[in-house]
Amino acid sequence: MQRHTIAILVNDCPGVLTRVANLFGQRGFNIDSITVGSSEEAGLSRMIITTSGDDQKIDQLMKQLNKLIDVISVTNLSKNPYVSRELALIKVNATPSQLVELNSIVEPFRATIVDVGPASLIIQVTGDSEKIDALLVLLQSYGILELTRTGSMAMARSVVPAAAMAN
Amino acid sequence: MSVEIAELEAKRGVPNLGFGEELTGAETLLRCLILEGVEYVFGYPGGAVLPIYDSLYYSHLKHVLTRHEQGAIHAADGYARATGKPGVVMATSGPGATNLVTGIATAQMDSVPLVCITGNVPQSLVGTDAFQEANITGITLPITKHSYFVRDVRDLPRIVKEAFYIATTGRPGPVLIDIPKDVSNAKAPFYYPETVKIRGYQDTLVPQDEEVEAFLAAIRKAKKPVILAGGGVISAGADRELLAFAEKTRIPVINTFMGLGGFPGTHELALGMPGMHGSYTANQALLQADCVIGLGARFDDRITMGRTKEFAPNARIVHVDIDPAELGKNVETAVTVAGDVKSTLQKVLPLAQACDTEAWIGQLKEWQQAYPFKYRKGAELKPQEVIEMLFETTQGDAIVTTDVGQHQMWVAQFYKFKHARSLISSGGLGTMGFGFPAAIGAQVAHPDRTVIAVVGDGGFQMTNQELAILNQYKLPVKVAIINNQCLGMVRQWQEVFYDNRYSQIDLTCSPDFVKLAEAYGVKGLRATTSEEAKAVWAEALAYDGPVVIDFRVAPEENVWPMVAPGHTLDQMVMGDE
Repeated sequence: MQRHTIAILVNDCPGVLTRVANLFGQRGFNIDSITVGSSEEAGLSRMIITTSGDDQKIDQLMKQLNKLIDVISVTNLSKNPYVSRELALIKVNATPSQLVELNSIVEPFRATIVDVGPASLIIQVTGDSEKIDALLVLLQSYGILELTRTGSMAMARSVVPAAAMAN
Repeated sequence: MSVEIAELEAKRGVPNLGFGEELTGAETLLRCLILEGVEYVFGYPGGAVLPIYDSLYYSHLKHVLTRHEQGAIHAADGYARATGKPGVVMATSGPGATNLVTGIATAQMDSVPLVCITGNVPQSLVGTDAFQEANITGITLPITKHSYFVRDVRDLPRIVKEAFYIATTGRPGPVLIDIPKDVSNAKAPFYYPETVKIRGYQDTLVPQDEEVEAFLAAIRKAKKPVILAGGGVISAGADRELLAFAEKTRIPVINTFMGLGGFPGTHELALGMPGMHGSYTANQALLQADCVIGLGARFDDRITMGRTKEFAPNARIVHVDIDPAELGKNVETAVTVAGDVKSTLQKVLPLAQACDTEAWIGQLKEWQQAYPFKYRKGAELKPQEVIEMLFETTQGDAIVTTDVGQHQMWVAQFYKFKHARSLISSGGLGTMGFGFPAAIGAQVAHPDRTVIAVVGDGGFQMTNQELAILNQYKLPVKVAIINNQCLGMVRQWQEVFYDNRYSQIDLTCSPDFVKLAEAYGVKGLRATTSEEAKAVWAEALAYDGPVVIDFRVAPEENVWPMVAPGHTLDQMVMGDE
């Protein structure tokens, strides 16, 4: 079972999320994460869904997705180099006195503290999922009060022409 | 366009179909249906569709009022399968809509083009658990090819146009249009789009030249090739191309259950149906073939028995299907062709050459002679002999619809279909109660043909209320009940797999079907012996009107041969003959 990141360009219309999500369930796939938002074209949204399955099953899933009328195109980003980013907000059990210490932890992750309260503070971090996982491990000892993650957003990397690579 | 509309108006005698006229959503809908060439609507009125039925009062559309929405949708399905045209069904919101669900799933599984129109409560009440409110687009999401909830009357013409296009192009299927009552009542200037543009939609695919070449290369050197022709041959209207291809290449033809009729069952190259209750020859052919050419067949578990790795173990598989998602879905294929069967065969045919198959055909003929479908005649009337009689007396020219179970398999085995669209049966979903209303739809489409509904005593009682409409619409359907007074296929499985523990299969307290027919003003006949069967069937065929025949058959007859689920096709149980 491999992890796959699938980009689906869909009509921005009522029910489209239900149709896509339902198809995953109908064909026996679990959605590990899903992000939806507007795309470069008005009227179209892009969904990024991460899921697991062997290649043959994923191929079948993509063909079935393609058959949905409101789906314009389906791309398996995992087949080629791609950029993947996730945003997480992490509420940590800490007081303002621990701010400096926490800053030193989050800084290497290029994360920022975006809210400070008397008994908790909120850390914002972006990056690939593994980076966020790593930060979470470090923050565990303080006590994570609340966690919200966007799920992966992803995009294929620009193709470098073969000639340029040879140079 | 306006000229075409005017012509249509003139042809149908419908005054004033002009654009720009302020029409209600209901009137708009009906005009759109007429412009789509719809002749018949099967349906049942109710609160949320009252505006539509009010418009229907003045419309030239013909409406068939069934006695249950399930009857309406199966009839629309039967109409679609018998003609190739989309079937149209209409029902009200809530229970009316939910009563369509089984019929929608039936059509989806067998790729039948349907346009299902439901009313819904006004949008101001949607989401309030209003009287007769149901989220039918949500309920039917997994079983429709597409669905629409109409929010604005101005969208309605585009939606109807798209719905018919989607239902009938590509791999056909059911499309649902849910129209809230306020949209039916709202007014807008009428228009009807000339064309459809749906971005990203795969409509009917024509195969690429490379695919055609790979197809030809695969069959060129085959010594033991066999065609596995499925329902896609029929829905593509490719039966003549298939006949020409098989005859030119001398490749024998297996028809899947859904494909029966797509190739003449009486042809010397016809091997019949494969799979669980298929013929010895068809299954042996798949086991020994060096090339299997799947044409619009989906290699489902009633043929592969779920043992997809061992299916056709010696063969390179060529798979032609209009739906790219079917290619490689169930079995490993050597050559895939994404295209409809008709255009594929049209491209292949001029380039194909005769294969060296005479030795192979000789072998197949030996098997056919040694292992035909058979049964033992006795004192009791046997169900198989009834089906044989239906075949012999109609010469394979009738339209036969079936329910699901033993009688369905006996029809597949003993009725040799000669024409496409003459077997109408729920193959994928396996819907009991389908056969009789489907026969109504087929008879509506073909008033002059002999339409026989072969049903079991179980399935018939799921939809037999539609007997009421046979006289109303002058439909001379012949209903042949294969009455073994039990749920025969369940009984067979309980005998074979559950050590004769017959659990909940007893139907001996069914009504007297002759009297039931008579109560509906339909002729009722009964036969308990072979002689009676011949006599009453002759009477039924000669009678110019609907007939119900209660064929009382041997209750313990089983369908043989049989391959148990999870076994391979070489593990056929031939039965007790």
